[in-house]
Amino acid sequence: MGFVTPDYGTIFWMVIIFGIVFYILKKFAWKPILNALKDREQSIEEALSSADKARKEVEGLKANNEKIVAEARKEKDMILKDAKELKDKMLAEAKEQASKEGQKIVEAARQQIEAEKKAAINEMKLQLTELSVLVAEKIIQKELKEKNVQEDIVNDLLKDLKIQ
Amino acid sequence: MRPEISKKIFSILLIFILTGFSIQILLAEDHSHDEHAEGTHEAHSEGFNPGEFVIHHVSDAFEWHIFTYKDFHASIPLPIILYSKKSGWHFFMSSKFHHGHSTYKNFRIAHYGENAGKIEEVDSHGHLIDLPVDLSITKAVAGAMFSVIIILWIFLSTAKSAKRNKGKAPKGIQNLFEPIILFIRDEVAKPAIGDKKYEKFMPFLLTVFFFILINNLMGLIPIFPFGANVTGNIAVTMVLALFTFAITTINGNKHYWKEIYNPGVPWLLKFPIPLMPIVELSGVIIKPFVLMVRLFANMMAGHMIVTVFVSLIFIFANLFGAGVGLAVSPVSIAFSVFILLLDVLVSFIQAYVFTLLSALYFGMATSEHH
Repeated sequence: MGFVTPDYGTIFWMVIIFGIVFYILKKFAWKPILNALKDREQSIEEALSSADKARKEVEGLKANNEKIVAEARKEKDMILKDAKELKDKMLAEAKEQASKEGQKIVEAARQQIEAEKKAAINEMKLQLTELSVLVAEKIIQKELKEKNVQEDIVNDLLKDLKIQ
Repeated sequence: MRPEISKKIFSILLIFILTGFSIQILLAEDHSHDEHAEGTHEAHSEGFNPGEFVIHHVSDAFEWHIFTYKDFHASIPLPIILYSKKSGWHFFMSSKFHHGHSTYKNFRIAHYGENAGKIEEVDSHGHLIDLPVDLSITKAVAGAMFSVIIILWIFLSTAKSAKRNKGKAPKGIQNLFEPIILFIRDEVAKPAIGDKKYEKFMPFLLTVFFFILINNLMGLIPIFPFGANVTGNIAVTMVLALFTFAITTINGNKHYWKEIYNPGVPWLLKFPIPLMPIVELSGVIIKPFVLMVRLFANMMAGHMIVTVFVSLIFIFANLFGAGVGLAVSPVSIAFSVFILLLDVLVSFIQAYVFTLLSALYFGMATSEHH
């Protein structure tokens, strides 16, 4: 059974052959291959994590955008509300002022009318007085002879006055 | 695109291996003719000797036999390197022995007796003087050298493409071997040795895996320059096991040696007679020994069974005539093909097992806690 006893010549050569192939492969094959594998794994991992980060960032940006839009909308609403309020206020004020002014004018007109009326009445009274004085003068001057006539005239005059 | 290329490479390999099988069978038939012829020539055995035929086929040789037709032997001569105490160093080609039939410079290949298969030095009368120191490049060594060239070519080009495609997707040959390398790294080295220390052992594990795998597969292809039974040679597996043993021993840490010389067992098992240390210490030797025997026996058995099935044809032909032999041949060939296909599987499994066990031993040698 020669083939189960190891032959030292073969052992000698195999140690050399395997040693050389081990050394060469270790230095020139396994190192670059394993490094390349590691590098690739690392770069894939990095790419994945950076993609994840980017996604998160985008999500953050989206949320931010939404916030900004919401804020803008809120601001717009507020501005509109303010404007409406202002408008209402202005309208109300204008209305009030207008009515006040109107009242004032009406009042002033009334007062003036009143004053004019008073003045007219006064003047009329004055003229009446003058007239009556004049009438009286004339009556006195002309018809002081007949007592009846005199009385009638005065009564007539007085009647006229009452109508006024 | 790229997976297609690797698929193509695979199918080409498969076809290569399969055609190889059939040629091996043809060659084996040739061989048996040769044995047959030799038998009648030398008259030391009559007819076809299946035992000799099988042993001749699976064992190492000084020349690389290709085929024999009638009396014509076609073989590649291999260098014979001898050192004799009497006459010093000798370098010559094995063709000088004329296929083992003649004596050259007082050296001859012994065919019988305790030195059968070895080169012995004789005096001018043909009496044995001594066995010279034999460092010949035998068939197994030449086969290993050839497969080493292929391994270097494959992995240096893989490395080149890995360097060129740094940070990019793998391409070509890189695609074929990277998954295997990753498998060794992630399924063998990492779980067996641990995430922190595995890197140190990766070069050895990868080298040993591909060395065994490629030699196994090349041993299955029968045409020259393949077909040398490299991993079925016990000296080769011994060297591989010794490398594993050496690396385990060199990298053994305090914990590893403590577990061997002073294992954590009841003191009665250690004190009067160091029972457990003896068991542990023999385990250190047995582990590489088992590695050596497992790979050797598996590969040797595979080669043997194939040749045995083929030799069945000639056994039947010898016993009952050529017609019966011919009738048996399809069955024999079918069985041989089946066994060879099984051997393809075994080639992968044995390479994996050797690597896994080496990794486990390294893991044991470097583990910090139990």
